[in-house]
Amino acid sequence: MLRLLGRKLLALIPVLFLVTFATTALPDLVDGSPVAQMLGPGSTPQDLKDLEHEFGYDKSLPVRYVTWVGHALTGDLGESLKTRTPVMDGITERFPVTLELAVFALLMALIVAVPLGVWTAAKAGGRVDRVIGGLSSGLLSIPTFVSVFILVYFFANPNMMLAFKPTGWEYISVDFAKNIEFAFLPALALALAEIPQFQRLLRSDMLATLQEDFILTARSKGLSTSYVLFRHALRPSSFSLLTVSGLTLGRLIGGTVIVESYFAIPGLGQGMYQAINGKDIPVVQGTVVVIAIVYVLLNTLVDIGYSLIDPRVRAR
Amino acid sequence: MSTLETAPEPALGAAEPTGLRPSQIKRAKSGKARKRPSILLWFAIAWMSIVLLGALLSLIAPGVFPHEYGKAFGDAKQKPFAAWPEFLGTDGLGRSHLTRLAFGARVSMIVALVSVVVGVVIGGLLGLVAAYFRGVTEMIIDLFSDALLAFPPLILLLALSSVYEPSQTSITAGLAVLTIPGFTRLTKASAIAQSNREYVTVAKAMGAGPGRIIFKELLPNTFPAVMSYSVIVMAVLIVAEGSLSFLGLSIPPPMPSWGGMINAAKDDLSLYPSQVFVPCGVLFLTVFSLNVIGDRLRAKFDVRDTKL
Repeated sequence: MLRLLGRKLLALIPVLFLVTFATTALPDLVDGSPVAQMLGPGSTPQDLKDLEHEFGYDKSLPVRYVTWVGHALTGDLGESLKTRTPVMDGITERFPVTLELAVFALLMALIVAVPLGVWTAAKAGGRVDRVIGGLSSGLLSIPTFVSVFILVYFFANPNMMLAFKPTGWEYISVDFAKNIEFAFLPALALALAEIPQFQRLLRSDMLATLQEDFILTARSKGLSTSYVLFRHALRPSSFSLLTVSGLTLGRLIGGTVIVESYFAIPGLGQGMYQAINGKDIPVVQGTVVVIAIVYVLLNTLVDIGYSLIDPRVRAR
Repeated sequence: MSTLETAPEPALGAAEPTGLRPSQIKRAKSGKARKRPSILLWFAIAWMSIVLLGALLSLIAPGVFPHEYGKAFGDAKQKPFAAWPEFLGTDGLGRSHLTRLAFGARVSMIVALVSVVVGVVIGGLLGLVAAYFRGVTEMIIDLFSDALLAFPPLILLLALSSVYEPSQTSITAGLAVLTIPGFTRLTKASAIAQSNREYVTVAKAMGAGPGRIIFKELLPNTFPAVMSYSVIVMAVLIVAEGSLSFLGLSIPPPMPSWGGMINAAKDDLSLYPSQVFVPCGVLFLTVFSLNVIGDRLRAKFDVRDTKL
C-alpha cells in the first residue's frame, strides 16, 4: 500500500512540473510587455523598465521559474497587475465559493442519477429504460452554456416562474437559505451535464452485477426486488461511479467559468474570466496552477481510494 | 490473466436472476449488437447534411444567401417562422439569423474538422509508435499525453486566450493540441491489442520492418475505432468552441459564431427568448446528431475504450 502511494505521488512530479512551467512561460507569449497596460499616459520607457523589474519580467524564464516556485512554496503567487493585491488573497476568497458550487452540483447529480441508474438497470430493455436512455442521450448533448438559458428562462423569469434569482450570490457563512437560493440554478446547470453520464455508468455496472450468483441467491430467499437492488446490487456496482464522481469534482472545480460568469458568482471561474479580459497575467497564472493542482491531486486521491475500496484493483 | 485482475464477466445465457421476463433480457443483451438504424439516425444524418451544406455554401458561395451576415436588412429581433426566406428571424441588430447561423456553422465545422484531423494524424501516429516500440518510447509519449490530460481542458484554452488575440487559427490550433492525447491513448490501446494477433506475428516472421507493420498492418485495423471516436470528439470540440465564443474569447465579431450569437442575445432572454433559443437549438441539434452518429458507429465497430 505504501509503495503504491509512493509511486502515485512520484508520478505527480513530472505533471506538476509541466503545469507550473507552462504557466510561468505564459507572459513570454504576450505580445509586448505584460505590464504595459499598467502605465498611465505620458510615462517613459524607464517607467516600463522599472515595472518589469518590479514584477520580475526582465529576468529569463528559468530564473523566473525558480523564483516563482520558491515563492509559491511559501504561498505567495505574486501580485495582481490590476489591484496590486496578492493573488493568493483573491484565490482563498474565491475558492470556497467554487468548491461549494461543485460539491452541490455533484450531490444533485448523484441524487438524481443513482435511482435512475438502478431503475433503468432493473428494467433493462423495457420501456422505462428506453425512454430514460433517450432522454439522457439528449441531455448529454446540451452544453452548459445552453442549459443555463433553459433553466433561467423557466425558473427565474418574471414571465414564467420566478422561483429563483437569475444572478447574484450570498456567502454560505452569511445566510444559508439565501445561499442555497442563489446556488441552486447554477449547481443544477452543472449537474445536468453529469446526470446522464452517471446514470449510464451505474446502469451498465448494475447490469453486470445483476447476473451474479449472489443476486440469484438473494432472490431465491424471497427478498423483495427493491431490497435486492438497493442492498445487494448497488454497493458492488458503485465502485466506478464513486471513482468518476471524484474525477468529476475535480473537473467541476475547473469547469465553472461559464456558470459563474453567467450567474455573476464570485468564484474562481469568474475571477479567471475577469483576469483574462483584463490581461491580468499573474492572476490567470495563479488560478490555473491552483485549479490544475487540485485537479491532479484529486485524481490521484481517487486512484488510491479506488484501490482501497476495491481489492481487485490492488492486485495490479 | 488471473481472475483477480478482471472484473467478473456477466455469464451469458445465465438463468433469469433479476426477475425480468426472458424477452426483456434478450432485448437488453442484443440491444446494442442488432439495433436497426433508427429514425433518429436518419434524422441525425439529414441534420448534419444541412449543417455541412450551410457551412460549405458560406465558404464557397456566400452570394446564395438572401442577406449578408454583417448587414442589417429589416427590423431587429424578428421572430422565427414569420417571414420567407428569412424564416429564422433576425438578431438584435436586424441581421439575418439564417445567414449568420450558416457562417457560424462554417466556423464550428472548420474548427471541429481541422482539429479532429490533426488529432487523428498526430495522436494516431504517436499511439501507433508507442504501441509498436513500447519501452522508453511509450513512457515518454505517455508522460506528455498524461500531462496534457492533467489540465481541466477548458482552463488550458482560457489561459492561452489571456495572452493570444483569438482568431480562427489560434482556436483551431489550441483545440487540436487538446485532442491529440485522447487519440494517442485510443490508438495505442487498440494497436497493442492488434499487435498480439497472428497476422502481425506472421508479418514479422516474413521480415516486415516497423514501417510496414505500423502502416500496413496496424493502421488499417485501428482505423474503425478511431473513426467512430472522432465523430464524438467533433461534438466535444463544437461545444468547446461554443463555450469559448460564449465567453467572447473565440473568433472576434463581426464574424458570427454560434456561441457568440447566444452571448450577444443573452440579455433578451425574458422578452425575446427566440433570440437565444434559435442559435441554442441549432447548436444542440448539431451536437446531438454527432453523438447519435458516433454512438451508432461505436456500436457497429464495438469500441469499448472511449474516454477523452
